[in-house]
Amino acid sequence: MTDGRSQTLLLKNLHRSDSATLEAYLQGGGYRALPRALKEMTPEQVVEEVKASGLRGRGGAGFPTGMKWGFMPKGPGPKYLVLNADESEPGTFKDRLLLERDPHLVLEGFLIGCYAVGCHHGFIYIRGEFVRPYQILLQAVQEARAAGYVGKNLLGSGYDLEITIYRGAGAYICGEETALLESLEGKLGHPRLKPPFPAQVGLYGKPTSVNNVETIANVPMIVEMGANWYGNIGRPKNTGPKLFCLSGHVRKPGVYELPLGIPLRELIYQHAGGMLREDRPLKAVVPGGSSVPVLRADQIDVLMDFDSLAAAGTLLGSAGVIVMDDSVCMVDALLNLARFYAHESCGQCTPCREGTGWYVQILERLERGEGKKSDLDLLLDLSDRIQGNTICPLGDAVAMPVRSYVTQFREEFEEHVAAKGCPLAAAAAPGRA
Amino acid sequence: MIPGKETESRIETALLEYPRPQSALLAVLHLIQAERGYIADEDIEYAAKRVDVPVAHVAGVVSFYTMFRRQPPGRHHLQVCRTLSCQLRGCREIINHLRKRLGIAEGGVTSDGRFSLVTVECLGSCDTAPMMQVNDDYHEGLTIERLDALLDSMK
Repeated sequence: MTDGRSQTLLLKNLHRSDSATLEAYLQGGGYRALPRALKEMTPEQVVEEVKASGLRGRGGAGFPTGMKWGFMPKGPGPKYLVLNADESEPGTFKDRLLLERDPHLVLEGFLIGCYAVGCHHGFIYIRGEFVRPYQILLQAVQEARAAGYVGKNLLGSGYDLEITIYRGAGAYICGEETALLESLEGKLGHPRLKPPFPAQVGLYGKPTSVNNVETIANVPMIVEMGANWYGNIGRPKNTGPKLFCLSGHVRKPGVYELPLGIPLRELIYQHAGGMLREDRPLKAVVPGGSSVPVLRADQIDVLMDFDSLAAAGTLLGSAGVIVMDDSVCMVDALLNLARFYAHESCGQCTPCREGTGWYVQILERLERGEGKKSDLDLLLDLSDRIQGNTICPLGDAVAMPVRSYVTQFREEFEEHVAAKGCPLAAAAAPGRA
Repeated sequence: MIPGKETESRIETALLEYPRPQSALLAVLHLIQAERGYIADEDIEYAAKRVDVPVAHVAGVVSFYTMFRRQPPGRHHLQVCRTLSCQLRGCREIINHLRKRLGIAEGGVTSDGRFSLVTVECLGSCDTAPMMQVNDDYHEGLTIERLDALLDSMK
């Protein structure tokens, strides 16, 4: 796996081949923040520091982490912190990099988070397919336990904490936090209605907070260096370093660590080395994982942070940047995603369960050359009926890209109707089906 | 007899990790599948008894999560990523080549039991597309040549 290290706070240990070991992590200055939190700060002070840092969740929604922790009730009684390591948003591969190459950074952040919310049994929900990262993480927890960072009376502070690593078994929907909690209880990954929110009724009916891997990896540096220092990285209300995942038609795909607010153009043309083939210019970019609206080539002068991308009509999401050159048929690309969401819909809500299947049928007939002109408006109408009408955001996550592909590349969709099939198919790679 | 002694003791350990036994269900199924290669009917009944839930609940869980198989796979279970980033970098050629070379479609097992082939959704390795997972391991940056060499090395 490649990684660009033009600025390295999250990826600073990755230059070592043994970066996953406790020894390497300690030599890189690791496990300084945990003792500081345990011995010099109250849980409330940790929450306040994270609030002041402006850290926003890196899993997709961008919700302020400190505020999320602040929703957890004070006082005794079981409470849980759950680490969402179920990375599965198409185009996203940053959490796997952290889990495989710097598991102690993730673990230290998680241990501090558990302390901050008053949790004595933390769960790490890791994607089932991530067998090697799971084994690496298991080893890291064993090392941390032997060193006194996990278990009874952490570092003599009187605080007890157990950690359990839970393996998923292949279901995109379990990245949604309430589906994840259902799965952790040994059930089907069916998202729950909110409210009540997990901070009130979460795992086993107890107050629960769920954080993404990259989010939690930011916590040690905030505790060690302070909220003011952290808040100077990035842009106002969009603070901190960010891992950007570049894939598709770029010369150097990989994970790039840069401050929030880096221009998308710079990310593609400087850091990722520009377009893969010189004779194939940029056509489209998905800036934040497959669930966000697509941008056209003339729309990439935008800053890569939560608020700038929202203002541009799309989302930072999980920062999975999928780059497409002009060889790509947008109907074909969207069909690929529609099949993904149809496969991953949990089936609870009718608009999502049925609507994703409709999307696939309509896009397939457009590609086969049997599409009707009314199909374009039918796709848009379906998006209106799905978005906002489902229990969880999976409905929105398919409705938004469908709407954006059809509106941003409407001419190309119309050409499929007029030409009775894909105009690019003859020139496209073999094997199109 | 499945589960064997070692799996049984690992199931015991898994059950102790959670406040409620039902939370260990996925772990129990993973452990059984690691031993048998798939989930048989009797495994569903066993798991239900072990974590104290109805058999129908376990059957539902097994069918919900894509990693659980109801049929024995080949010795080398090829799971090729088919999602967008891999499609942009040529997973269709990889899948077509595998179909031809192995003489099976997705969901099939070669008659000698050596290979089984499935396509899967994004495995979170988009920067090394096209890629596939074979049993537990990722094989990244595939080309037809690398793929052929890899298959030749798998007995």
